[in-house]
Amino acid sequence: MSSPSDHHHVMPVRTYLNVFGALLVLTVLTVVVAFFDLGPLNVAVAVTIASAKAYVVLLYFMHVRYSNRIIWLTAAAGFVWFVLMLALTLSDYATRGWLPYPEAW
Amino acid sequence: MSHDASHPAHLAHHFDSPEQQNQSSSLGMWLFLAQEVMFFGGLFVAYAVYRFKYADAFAVASGHLSLFWGAVNTVVLICSSLTMALAVRCGQLGDKRGIIRYVVATMILASVFLGIKGLEYAHKYEDQLVPGPQFEYVPDFDSYSVPVTAETADPNFAGHVQLFYSFYFVMTGLHALHMVIGLGLMVWLIVKAAKNHFSSEYYTPVEMTGLYWHFVDIVWIFLFPLVYLVWRH
Amino acid sequence: MTKSRTHYLNVNHTVGSWLFTVDHKRIGLMYLGTILFFFLLGGIAAVLFRVELMTPGSTLMESETYNRLFTMHGITMIFFFLVPSIPAVLGNFLLPIMLGAKDLAFPKLNLASWYVFTIGGLLGLGSIIFGGVDTGWTFYTPYSSTYANSQVILAALGIFIAGFASIMTGLNFIVTIHKMRAPGLTWFRLPLFVWAHYATSIIIILGTPVIAITILLVAIERIFQVGIFDPALGGDPVLFQHLFWFYSHPAVYIMILPGMGVISEIIACFSRKRIFGYKVVAMSSLAIAILGFFVWGHHMFVSSQSMYAGMVFSILSFLVAIPSAIKVFNWTATLYGGSIKLDTPMLYALGFIGLFTIGGLTGLFLATMAINIHVHDTYFVVAHFHYVMVGGMVMAFFGGLHFWWPKMTGRHFSEMLGRITAVVIFIGFNLTFFPQFIVGYLGMPRRYHIYPEEFQIFHVLSTAGAAVLAVGYLLMAAYLFHSLILGKRSSRNPWKAIGLEWTIPSPPPTENFIDTPVVDYEAYDYSLERAYEDDEEDHS
Repeated sequence: MSSPSDHHHVMPVRTYLNVFGALLVLTVLTVVVAFFDLGPLNVAVAVTIASAKAYVVLLYFMHVRYSNRIIWLTAAAGFVWFVLMLALTLSDYATRGWLPYPEAW
Repeated sequence: MSHDASHPAHLAHHFDSPEQQNQSSSLGMWLFLAQEVMFFGGLFVAYAVYRFKYADAFAVASGHLSLFWGAVNTVVLICSSLTMALAVRCGQLGDKRGIIRYVVATMILASVFLGIKGLEYAHKYEDQLVPGPQFEYVPDFDSYSVPVTAETADPNFAGHVQLFYSFYFVMTGLHALHMVIGLGLMVWLIVKAAKNHFSSEYYTPVEMTGLYWHFVDIVWIFLFPLVYLVWRH
Repeated sequence: MTKSRTHYLNVNHTVGSWLFTVDHKRIGLMYLGTILFFFLLGGIAAVLFRVELMTPGSTLMESETYNRLFTMHGITMIFFFLVPSIPAVLGNFLLPIMLGAKDLAFPKLNLASWYVFTIGGLLGLGSIIFGGVDTGWTFYTPYSSTYANSQVILAALGIFIAGFASIMTGLNFIVTIHKMRAPGLTWFRLPLFVWAHYATSIIIILGTPVIAITILLVAIERIFQVGIFDPALGGDPVLFQHLFWFYSHPAVYIMILPGMGVISEIIACFSRKRIFGYKVVAMSSLAIAILGFFVWGHHMFVSSQSMYAGMVFSILSFLVAIPSAIKVFNWTATLYGGSIKLDTPMLYALGFIGLFTIGGLTGLFLATMAINIHVHDTYFVVAHFHYVMVGGMVMAFFGGLHFWWPKMTGRHFSEMLGRITAVVIFIGFNLTFFPQFIVGYLGMPRRYHIYPEEFQIFHVLSTAGAAVLAVGYLLMAAYLFHSLILGKRSSRNPWKAIGLEWTIPSPPPTENFIDTPVVDYEAYDYSLERAYEDDEEDHS
């Protein structure tokens, strides 16, 4: 499936420090953005920044970038399944008021 | 079962090669993490539903958390992720002392995080914001810290605030529990490193603990904006 | 014993050698013992409340007792019998052998899973001993979280813990299938049993944690009085149902998919044919696993779920019928033109096909919103899921147990008694559950023990069927136990089947294979000479 070099891929310390710096910048960004009233976009922005941070951690700290396909797939499956669970559950709450139920049976 | 000379001590009998063994551990760990995503995922879905229903109450309740300490903890945890990543790098290079050094650094940062978390919990306890029968919250309409909306004027507003705190404690509590388990794993790593079990050929436990630790970091990366940053403008 | 060959059973006889074993075959047998205990427990509960249901009034017990009995039946049967049954017993035993591996990827994790399961089971048992639970197996809030005065916490923790055993098994299976296949054993040479377990494990990994956290939230709510689903605080009890069914509907597939894998093996062997459309059957397992996650809302049509969400869930539910039907059609196509032999395992397999079809088709009725409202929470639902769970899953489990019994124990059971019992169980099952379709359609709600007199005839039939079913199970227990001591010794390949597990002695040696096998043939290739070889040479 994969060559031994995948497992022993040593990244330079500099890469780790860059990732670390990016994470700090994104943290500051998410705090700053929270002080602006963007209406419903606030959540969207906060979650997008958090996802970007998570993605960077996954790619570099967790070496997904240098891992084989099945690792990619497993990591993706967890997040995709979570999003689907969230979406289908919220599809109920979001559409509840659309059509009133009859008052009496 | 073959007992050829190339069969290293760390290779379990049912694997053919160290490569196969390492890949199995790695895949196993990732599957475990996928499982963890869904475990926390259930909580996040529940949180999302309530936040969707009680947006104002969640905003007001979140405003009572200390943004400063939340942000400090976020930075502390990101630092610990960095030290953990460097510990794994030392593992790749076969640097035993480096592993111990960085794992100890990670443990110190983790302890700082948990200490701050404990102080925050204690503070919430004093403010009677711990959910349960003793929970007490009176919305402060007069000083305008709570705007009057249809939802905040709901007689059950305090109940909705309590729901926020239920999630705050369960989510951060489970996260903290995962950190405590991580600390235990790191103690094990130090013992193994001190006993010279690791080499550049075999450092799988360091690698796996690293994956676990970064996952714990990712959970917090999402918890921080969702719990502390609901309403700051 | 004329010839003493060392195998996994006689390699060591101490209790410790079992309790600390990391041999997947021994762990499989330990699981077998544990789950059969829970099957017995759940069965006893069923017999008790079936007897009570013979009369329209309250004869043997009060409502409180009745509620605790059907809850006990549901919890033990689902969480402590059906979910682990085929994966943890037959899967554990066979998966590494079918892959040509010496063991699962993580043998210690496998042993740990048995301990975790047993601890969970003991907590569940404790909840029964200390008075039982009366919430039904579904633990609906706010009754379970706020009002029920029974051992909800113990049972919830038991299920929470047993869930982790299931996750450990699933994780182990996926890694083993990915990383430990023998040389030449490509993905599309895998037995369908392996494919089914792969699909099952995916559901376990992605679904089980959700029930774990959900049931933990209920426990937290009860222990710390922290409102989470509590309507008094504005909490939403329907949210619990969403989270609960997100696992518990896919859990149906956790239960049935391994059964489908067993049926594929049996059908191929006893019609001496390759499974028709092998690849499609393999892929349909994955399709069921994935689609099965997105249909949970069909349990909630009448629980104030939005009608629009209901429509989406209804349509998605219909989609699951496609891969399920593919399997049934392909099995029947496999039978067509085959040299069919009606040995005991085959009888169970044929029973499975018929009963699962009835169970599956009535599932489509229930996925239809308008019909669902009419039959919601009636005996129609009870009959439907028993046709899938007992008619499908339990039939497959016993079919598989008979099929691999000679491999696991090295002994033959009495073929004649086996066939008779299979027929008795089939008759008993239908007599028990078919009347429930009718009485449910007529309006008999589930979970009540006092009912109008005009329903009595159906309940009497049902109880009579349960008695026949119980006789069947007891008969099976008797002859299987008998075979352990006095059964004829089995050869390597008593059914002349194709598959790696039939190339090694019965019972297998601890390491399964002396040399790692190389697979150069397709699955179920019954045109191979080896399928017809006489293997008398290793008779003892």
